[in-house]
Amino acid sequence: MRRMSRTGAIKAGALVAGLALALVLPFVAPDPATTNIAVFTVMYVGLATAWNIMGGYTGYISLGHAAFFGFGAYALGLLLSHFGIAAGFQPFFFVPVAGILTAVIAVAIGWIALRTRAATFVIVTIACMFMLQLLAENLVGLTGGGAGLSFPVPRWSGDFFNIPYYFAMLALALVGLALSWWIRGSKFGLGLLAIRDDEDKALAVGVPTRAFKLTAFVISAVLVGMIGAVYGYYVTYIYPQFVIDPLVGISMVLMVFLGGMGTLWGPVLGAVILEPAQLWLAYNFGASRLYLVFYAAVFLVVILLLPRGIIPSVMELLRRRRQHRAEGPTGRASDTHETPRAVPRGAAP
Amino acid sequence: MTLVLEAVLLGILTGGVYALMASGLTLIFGVMRIINVGHGALVVLGAYLSFAIVSSLHIDPILSLVVTMPAMFALGVALQIVFIRPLKTDREALSVLVTYALALGIEGLLGYIFTSNYVQLRAWYETASFPVFGFRIAYVYVFGFGLCLAILAAMFWMLYRTSFGGAIRATMLNRTAAQLIGVNVDRVSALAFGVGVATAAAGGVIFGITNSFNPGSHYDLISRLLTIIVLGGLGSLRGAVIGAMIMLITTDVTAVLISPLWASFAFFVILIAVLIVRPQGLYGIKVRDRA
Repeated sequence: MRRMSRTGAIKAGALVAGLALALVLPFVAPDPATTNIAVFTVMYVGLATAWNIMGGYTGYISLGHAAFFGFGAYALGLLLSHFGIAAGFQPFFFVPVAGILTAVIAVAIGWIALRTRAATFVIVTIACMFMLQLLAENLVGLTGGGAGLSFPVPRWSGDFFNIPYYFAMLALALVGLALSWWIRGSKFGLGLLAIRDDEDKALAVGVPTRAFKLTAFVISAVLVGMIGAVYGYYVTYIYPQFVIDPLVGISMVLMVFLGGMGTLWGPVLGAVILEPAQLWLAYNFGASRLYLVFYAAVFLVVILLLPRGIIPSVMELLRRRRQHRAEGPTGRASDTHETPRAVPRGAAP
Repeated sequence: MTLVLEAVLLGILTGGVYALMASGLTLIFGVMRIINVGHGALVVLGAYLSFAIVSSLHIDPILSLVVTMPAMFALGVALQIVFIRPLKTDREALSVLVTYALALGIEGLLGYIFTSNYVQLRAWYETASFPVFGFRIAYVYVFGFGLCLAILAAMFWMLYRTSFGGAIRATMLNRTAAQLIGVNVDRVSALAFGVGVATAAAGGVIFGITNSFNPGSHYDLISRLLTIIVLGGLGSLRGAVIGAMIMLITTDVTAVLISPLWASFAFFVILIAVLIVRPQGLYGIKVRDRA
């Protein structure tokens, strides 16, 4: 076995420490207001990571992932009421079933949307989201329409209530991260990155682009759908405009952009920074619509100042400093602009 | 049958407004290769500007365009210079997010100033109507259609008969080549964005007379406008006009024959059917490179 390098050891240490912190957090700070923030933050870690598998790796920007989020929530809610599942821990076991149902709809939407590219793809995903919202509203017999859908409410005490949801969200986020890590180093992942860099060339060298894109799209959608299912059970009552919310779809995208598109930890970083900030803004300014103005301002500053995201910018800075040290102050300045785009596992954070 | 005929006629008349708004959107896409997700919010902003002018000066809403169109043109140029021009890499994706943020900012500001109560622009012709083939058509649809037709005609004239229009079309065809033959691409982009936003103001007035609106109305509007330009083919003005007509006629006829609940759904079905056969839209060109 190769001995671990110093940076490797630091990375492993940080990973263990982060995981340990995530596991003990609800016991260290058990008051419901804090655990509520924790539930939503971990939820967005999962959503952003899932979105990144499609958007970050292939470069196909979907602004309609809120559709899968809402679909997953509706799927679980309808499953529970159809089979008469009582509140408690059992509903969590139906989350994967909601995920399978999301896969079905994701294959259909992906098959159509992925016939288009770039800008058209973005718009088609938005259109599909509004279409699903419209269906949720119009199929009154199935979804309850605008009157909404209620979930069974567990009779847990106030201090305990959030904790099962927190761990469900955490489990999904970890599954997402593990998948994202595995994909990034696999041949499949390299194919996805090749699609991002130049789809036609990727096809020419034998990457099965259509199958790869659809697979990434479905993996990403299923994760989002399962997270949506847990969310629906957590908030206990959903209606079309609330659960298929364009803001949810755009938030996960913004988090990925803030942290760094196509990196493993970028979405995590973006979610951990933005979601608590968003909750704080909504809590303090939610009554007046100024909340939206603040949110928009944060959004614009992030994109205009850090268009590549935090992690790629910091890595670039570190790399330059290292190169500078190695070559002396008069070292050549070329080759420092472009980082290699298809990075093998472990080379990027 | 009369009902269907009425629906088709109404679809054509209201289609004019959507054709105007969608043309601005597709012009912006064509010149800059960016999707202006904030276009719906700009239409709503235009409607609110007219609303503010009409309620303080008590003039005709359409007359307020004399003020709002130049103002919105200037706003558009400013927005392009401040928010769109700095985007150098990955323009297409980043511009979606930037314009989305602009939409949220406009929605928030309008909500703060005007609250989220629904309002509507008032004019004498809003409900007054005249008879056609046994049913009545409100004057506002005819006036709106006429106004939109006039502005669309002016836009086409500008694009195809002036040297500025030539510069715009050159930029749409090939940005780099246009730059090489001496077109100031940055300037053309800013002005084209301004023109697009000014048409949003014009569309906003008619939208504001025929619909009650609130700051959140832009979500519904932008999803319609985006699907119109995708149906027509991104960057094609002709496509935007045809797409708007198809959308409004389909939704109006569906509302009469089936149910108003399924009206927008019918259009989405058409959109998806077209995309399966022709992913580039009706008049679009096939995108080969994603640069």
